[in-house]
Amino acid sequence: MLEISPAEWTAILLSLRVAVIATLVATPFGIALAWLLARHDFWGKSFLDAVVHLPLVLPPVVTGYLLLLTFGRKGLVGGFLAEYLGIVFAFRWTGAALACGVMSFPLLVRPMRLSIEAIDRRLEQAAETLGAAPWKVFFTVTLPLALPGVLAGMVLGFAKAIGEFGATITFVSNIPGETQTISSAIYSLIQTPDGDAAAGRLVIISIVLAMGALIAAEWFARRATKRLHGN
Amino acid sequence: MLRVDIEKQLGEFSLQATFTSEGRVIGLFGASGAGKSSLVNMIAGLLRPDRGTIVIDGETVDDTAAGIHVPTYRRRIGYVFQDARLFPHLNVAQNLDYGRRMNGLAPDPAQHKRIIDLLDIGALLDRRPGKLSGGERQRVALGRALLSKPRLLLLDEPLGALDEGRKLEILPYLVRLRDEANVPMVYVSHDVAELRQLATQIVMLKQGRVTSFGGVKVLT
Repeated sequence: MLEISPAEWTAILLSLRVAVIATLVATPFGIALAWLLARHDFWGKSFLDAVVHLPLVLPPVVTGYLLLLTFGRKGLVGGFLAEYLGIVFAFRWTGAALACGVMSFPLLVRPMRLSIEAIDRRLEQAAETLGAAPWKVFFTVTLPLALPGVLAGMVLGFAKAIGEFGATITFVSNIPGETQTISSAIYSLIQTPDGDAAAGRLVIISIVLAMGALIAAEWFARRATKRLHGN
Repeated sequence: MLRVDIEKQLGEFSLQATFTSEGRVIGLFGASGAGKSSLVNMIAGLLRPDRGTIVIDGETVDDTAAGIHVPTYRRRIGYVFQDARLFPHLNVAQNLDYGRRMNGLAPDPAQHKRIIDLLDIGALLDRRPGKLSGGERQRVALGRALLSKPRLLLLDEPLGALDEGRKLEILPYLVRLRDEANVPMVYVSHDVAELRQLATQIVMLKQGRVTSFGGVKVLT
């Protein structure tokens, strides 16, 4: 019962790779966006905020289909990237990473934004009076103080990415070894006779990964509070 | 040394101040709400005057007619706030070193040692700001501002958040600073006794206007 088969390992490792890449690529964009939303008022801010949160409320199949239309080989962006940069998303693991990145983005941005909003801006003023240019203030005061929130966002995004199913299967299908993540492997297994035991093992692994991520995110959030109070 | 001639409208409140000072410690005196902090924030560049000029050490840092507004981080000022504002994620030594690093100055161990001795903060270097008392925090904030080698030190009620006992603990350090550190200061306070001890010149503010200017005797 507890023996994990090579095919299951393939799905687990692929899921990890997809989620790690999705999180790492999404993080700089997440930080930039969190900062923009936390610190600036501009025309269309509510709209941008809504767009970021859209994957959270849209049916995942809709997000996946939109990705297919945009980033597929015949898509506007996908065609350009394939032709000029040789980057292909459709039916590749990179596409799975893109789908996971988009789907997990709202969860990734939220803790980052909250932690930037919680920073005492008078500390940034103090940094400026000590001779720090705005970009130095960002990297020496804002970002270090927001770091626990940034890490919490990364962990939550990672957990969401590793479990993503709907958008991924719509966009890049369910190809073992290329785009079959833990979720799509479970989906295939429960439709197969005698697949229950294997599905059960992957289900347990999913639960462990998700729980671990939630606990880690909570831990980072507690660190953030401590850090802001200077202990 | 410091020349100020500004006007600023802040909601219902209008601030208008003109003075020139060569004093070592300019005491900015007035009740709360008189406009002291706004004036200091303008000297620091954190607030922009509606009209007028500010000249620090011969350099025009604000001139609305000429469209000059030097940003805070290029003014080479030190600012000690009432609430210290030490960086919570850095220890005392890193807080002290922050201004030097940001200004790209070479390490100056002699000055470093002198200021740490002057303020008696050598024993605190490894601590985080959260583990310091109010008086210790204020001394570290003073050291941090001085070590960025400012040409003007702004102190906005630096003793305002401390109780009587702590005030008496810090005052001697400020007197020593005035006599030994060789940095001109603008010292904001509503406390006559404090200014009598420290200031060499007084600018008295009342409801956004300079009402008197001169030696410490204008306080009487």
